[in-house]
Amino acid sequence: MSRRPRKTGFRRSFRPAAWLSRHAQAFFASLGRLARRPLGSLMTLAVLGIAIALPLSLHLLVNNLQQLAGNWDGAASISVFLKEGATPPQAAELARHLKARPDISSVQHITPEQAMAEFRQHSGFGDALDLLDSNPLPHVLLIQAADPNISPQQLKILLETLKKQPGVELALADMEWVQRFQGINRILQRATALLALLLALAVLLIIGNTVRLEIQSRRDEIEIIKLVGGSNAFIRRPFLYEGFWYGLLGGCIAIILIGLASLALQEPVRHLAELYQSNFRLGGLNLTTAALTLGLSILLGIGGAWTAVTQHLGRIDPSN
Amino acid sequence: MIQFDNVSKTYPGSSGGLREISLHIEPGEMVFLTGHSGAGKSTLLKLTGLLERASRGQVWVNKHNLTRLKSRQVPLLRREVGMIFQDHRLLTDRTVFDNVALPLVVTGVKHQEIRRRVQAALDKVGLLKKARALPLTLSGGEQQRVGIARAVVSKPPIVLADEPTGNLDPELSREIMELFRQFNQVGVTLLIATHDLGLIQPMEQRTLVLDQGRLVKDQRPA
Repeated sequence: MSRRPRKTGFRRSFRPAAWLSRHAQAFFASLGRLARRPLGSLMTLAVLGIAIALPLSLHLLVNNLQQLAGNWDGAASISVFLKEGATPPQAAELARHLKARPDISSVQHITPEQAMAEFRQHSGFGDALDLLDSNPLPHVLLIQAADPNISPQQLKILLETLKKQPGVELALADMEWVQRFQGINRILQRATALLALLLALAVLLIIGNTVRLEIQSRRDEIEIIKLVGGSNAFIRRPFLYEGFWYGLLGGCIAIILIGLASLALQEPVRHLAELYQSNFRLGGLNLTTAALTLGLSILLGIGGAWTAVTQHLGRIDPSN
Repeated sequence: MIQFDNVSKTYPGSSGGLREISLHIEPGEMVFLTGHSGAGKSTLLKLTGLLERASRGQVWVNKHNLTRLKSRQVPLLRREVGMIFQDHRLLTDRTVFDNVALPLVVTGVKHQEIRRRVQAALDKVGLLKKARALPLTLSGGEQQRVGIARAVVSKPPIVLADEPTGNLDPELSREIMELFRQFNQVGVTLLIATHDLGLIQPMEQRTLVLDQGRLVKDQRPA
């Protein structure tokens, strides 16, 4: 607020107390104006809340998926399916043979009976399975590679070697699944960023438009304030605070929505995790993310209001 | 206090405006501006209050060269010029008190000071009892006095009035003129546009006559 009084001939002193009181006045007056038309304000705020909540929830989903993928023990695990008709001794022999290899750390033998029992327990097809004459499931060897950070190329070589073993029908690596999973995750992350960008723009436009309508409905007031010597900053201030309130309250609504949604999802997710013998828990919004969300939505609010005000302030002139 | 040097104001596609006006109003003068409608009275006031800028020539108000004024200095100039309009230009959803307080609020005057000065201004125009009323519940004359209180509440050195008695009966008009005379007596420079010659003759003040944008007469009392 530095002024050069000599040059312009205007005396203008800056008094911090007056400045503060003017801001406090605009701060509460703008909140009061929102409260004076509660229905309209609430609807705008709900739209803002939903728009902010959408990318936020996607962000949380990606975070949770990442956590889930992190729970995966990094070692590549390979399922080796033996040919139909392989006998238990043959399978056990192959398991012993593979275990001796330096590039394999462990081999777990799952017999068709064990597999059937597990399938019966988890699939819910128990009764239907009784109709089968014989057990169609093969012997399976679950193999962990010795190198937990095995590269896809090395994994491929190992898979080829395993496939060539006598009696092996098929060798599949779970690694592929993890990689695909991470690939999907990356797409989701990118989509989240894009959605966040689009919806941030939407929030900016919604607030800008709301403030624009407010400016138009208070056109006379702005003209008269200009007439009696109100500066542009004075006129702009209440609208910027209005944008601030829209941002803050919209962000709060988004956080409440996310909180309610994760509360509703907590129980089913816990149930599903138990089915997978996992202790995975749905991660909610942490404090940093919440604070960041509020900060960003406030910035968007002020930004939206700023664009609307600078666009329209110049056009409203008392001379017309 | 107010000086016009060869000022012209043209509007595209219109014959109105001002043509090469030169005039000088000293501090503490009370000057009437008269002429037919369309003669340029309002334009001259608008150039003085910087509601519009001159097409040519220079306008000086309270030692400021308006031609050189940057747009962010416009509010500062308007704080030195109180303006009164025929249609009052009041905020209909605010009380009389809030309307009068506006020029003080925009400059950040303290609350107690605002209360004191608004009450003094309302007392001056005889509306102290109506401070809590809304403008539309008041009569035309009362609304005009609210407008006057607003124009003088910040004690500007210059007050401009555009047809301040336009819609008022003769009795009320004389009251308004008497108010202006009182402001003038405490040193305020006044420039009042009116077409009501019968009202200004008994005031015996300097009178500028405009005709088709030209200053045709500058009459000083004998």
